[in-house]
Amino acid sequence: MAATDAAVQHPPGAGHQRTGGISSSLLGMVLFIASEVMFFGGLFGAYFTLRTAAPEWPPPGTPPLEDWYALILTAVLVSSSVTMQIGVFAIRRGDQRALVRWLLISLVLGLLFLAGQANEYRMLISEGLTLSSGVFGSTFFTLTGFHGAHVAGGAAFILVVLLRARSGQFTSRYHDTVEMCSYYWHFVDVVWLGLVSTIYLLSA
Amino acid sequence: MAITEARPSAAASGSHQLRPGRHPIMEWLTTTDHKKIGIMYLVNSYFWFLVAGLLAMFMRTELAEPGVQYFADERFNELFTMHGTTMIFLFIIPMLAGFGNYIVPLQIGALDMAFPRVNALSFWMLPLAGIVLFSGYLTGGAACAGWTEYPTVSLQACGGSTIATDLWIAALLLVGTSSILGGVNFITTIFNMRAPGMSMFRMPLFTWTMLVTSLLVLLATPVFTSALVLLLIDRNLGGSFFDPAEGGITVMWQNIFWFYSHPAVYVMVLPAMGIISDVLPVFSRKPLFGYKAFVFATAGIGALGFSVWAHHMFATGAVLLPFFSAMTFLIAVPTGVKFFNWIATMWRGKVQFTAAMLFAVGFLTMFLVGGIDGMFLASPVVDFGLTDTYWVVSHIHYVLFGGSVFGVYAGMYYWFPKFTGKRLNEGLGKVHFWLQMIGFNLTFFPMHVLGLLGMPRRIADYIPYDNWTGLNQVETIGSLLIAVSTAPFLANVWLTLRRKDRDPENPWDANSLEWYTTSPPPAHNFDSLPEIRSERPLFDAKHANDLAVHADATTTTETGAR
Repeated sequence: MAATDAAVQHPPGAGHQRTGGISSSLLGMVLFIASEVMFFGGLFGAYFTLRTAAPEWPPPGTPPLEDWYALILTAVLVSSSVTMQIGVFAIRRGDQRALVRWLLISLVLGLLFLAGQANEYRMLISEGLTLSSGVFGSTFFTLTGFHGAHVAGGAAFILVVLLRARSGQFTSRYHDTVEMCSYYWHFVDVVWLGLVSTIYLLSA
Repeated sequence: MAITEARPSAAASGSHQLRPGRHPIMEWLTTTDHKKIGIMYLVNSYFWFLVAGLLAMFMRTELAEPGVQYFADERFNELFTMHGTTMIFLFIIPMLAGFGNYIVPLQIGALDMAFPRVNALSFWMLPLAGIVLFSGYLTGGAACAGWTEYPTVSLQACGGSTIATDLWIAALLLVGTSSILGGVNFITTIFNMRAPGMSMFRMPLFTWTMLVTSLLVLLATPVFTSALVLLLIDRNLGGSFFDPAEGGITVMWQNIFWFYSHPAVYVMVLPAMGIISDVLPVFSRKPLFGYKAFVFATAGIGALGFSVWAHHMFATGAVLLPFFSAMTFLIAVPTGVKFFNWIATMWRGKVQFTAAMLFAVGFLTMFLVGGIDGMFLASPVVDFGLTDTYWVVSHIHYVLFGGSVFGVYAGMYYWFPKFTGKRLNEGLGKVHFWLQMIGFNLTFFPMHVLGLLGMPRRIADYIPYDNWTGLNQVETIGSLLIAVSTAPFLANVWLTLRRKDRDPENPWDANSLEWYTTSPPPAHNFDSLPEIRSERPLFDAKHANDLAVHADATTTTETGAR
């Protein structure tokens, strides 16, 4: 088994790639996440610029956001990050069955978050807050919407990793894709913490 | 020979499918080989260079005399918008990335880029972006609010077309994604794929500049992407980010846009600086003077590049003038360091004025002019008078044409034998250089004067005033010369490709690793690698060889067994 792992990790022809240090796929993922951070940085920059320039925030007539609802969503997403990491620990030990189990739980929690967000959108839109209802609506739906799109992308990533894990493609030594997926999922989680603290908790 | 370290090559080539019996067109369409992708980058970018150059010729024709002759205001707005957008996003940035694609893995002794399929994806987004951008003309008119697309103008319909600006946004989202993926790829390649012995401070300077450029791309481009999606939401989904009538802030676009677009200026020039830093030592027959100083200066320019964006916005009155002015002046320091590197490299060298060297020295002189007239603009007081005049047009062309384009041609003449095994014709190259040098200065130098006389940019018409007409006519003649100067270049490429005989593998007797392998290199790049003990592995290899066999010290251009 160990011999097979080594062959997978060092395919022929990559002889003079460096061993040790961070693998190329993980480094690539970290760099990609850095660019995503800058993307959300631009969105947050726009949010704060508009917010500081507004005479009143939230603007009068804005339907109130429900902090408790956002905190439930937060609990769901943060726990999905935890379950994801437990899955990573499992595959580091070589426990393929536990990996599948924890990936599945993380995926369900991620979809639960998306469903919760969709429900919140439905409630807010019925109260008159939309993308085109003014500065608050524009920033709210743009920031949370792009975050939601990233959660959806992350969920798709988890699904792919889950299917690959079910067919036993990952081992204790060869599971870079699982690690990449977990990095991305934690990143999405951290962005949400930033959104909750600025849009909801600091809204008063 | 003894100096080379044998490496398995059969297994390596197996990982890179060069399937015999496959149609060459399919091979190119589906390739993940960094060299083929690099060539496609170069060809595609050069095509858009010619297209954008044609748009510039239309503008110069219109401006040859006062009055509106050929392109009325709306058409003229489209011309300068599409010219700027195409030159920057479809030519300069991808052209330099194309050199990076071909050369960086060879310079560090890698088999390919770290993510070959992502690399192919990065490339194929670019022709698509070009088609999306120019499809605006099919909808009644192209994007027209300038390459900077400031709202509220960019929130409105454009000439005859309501969606031309949306197509512009879509095209730039594609280019941006392509750049970001390319950046991830370059950084990972340079950090993780270096050959044994190729430490960071032994990398050729072109690779160093590509590394810093990629970091800028990685951190700045996504911010531009965020601005683009906000503009898209404002235009199509009723968002209110930029429209003051709905509580938005117009100047916010400028802040986000320039937070990207100023670092992007260095994305457009740092690799060109890297090219001439590889070319100057080869044709001065000396190592580059102050290697580490050059590396730190490059990093310094990259870092400072993030703190000067608002110097594009002095005239808005909405930015902190002293801070952004001081930071802008500060950038002249690392740039000055590089100028001393380059001049001291040539100083007392055996300078050979090949076409590549001429273009490198052309970069040096023309970029200096562009840097100095940029320093005028760094002073807010002067900028208030010169903003939106032809002085700004002159400055951007001295740094991006006099700088980047001269650098691109230097790289083209220098690396063409690496791409094809054949040198471009030196005589035609010199004709190309002098035509371009004269045409360039005739076109853009009088713009300084016109700017000081107060002629505004981005207008189709002007009054015959203060000899504006005469200066404009000189510029139009100069631009014609630039257009003509591409003919000897294209003829040169055509004739050289048709030529049967081949030049030596290392025709310039250069010392960086890309010249160790055959020209053009095999699919897996290297059959063997030399021991790398300095930033000039080929020089070391030759030297060791001479010592080992006690041969006479005449320089041989052949570098041993392959």
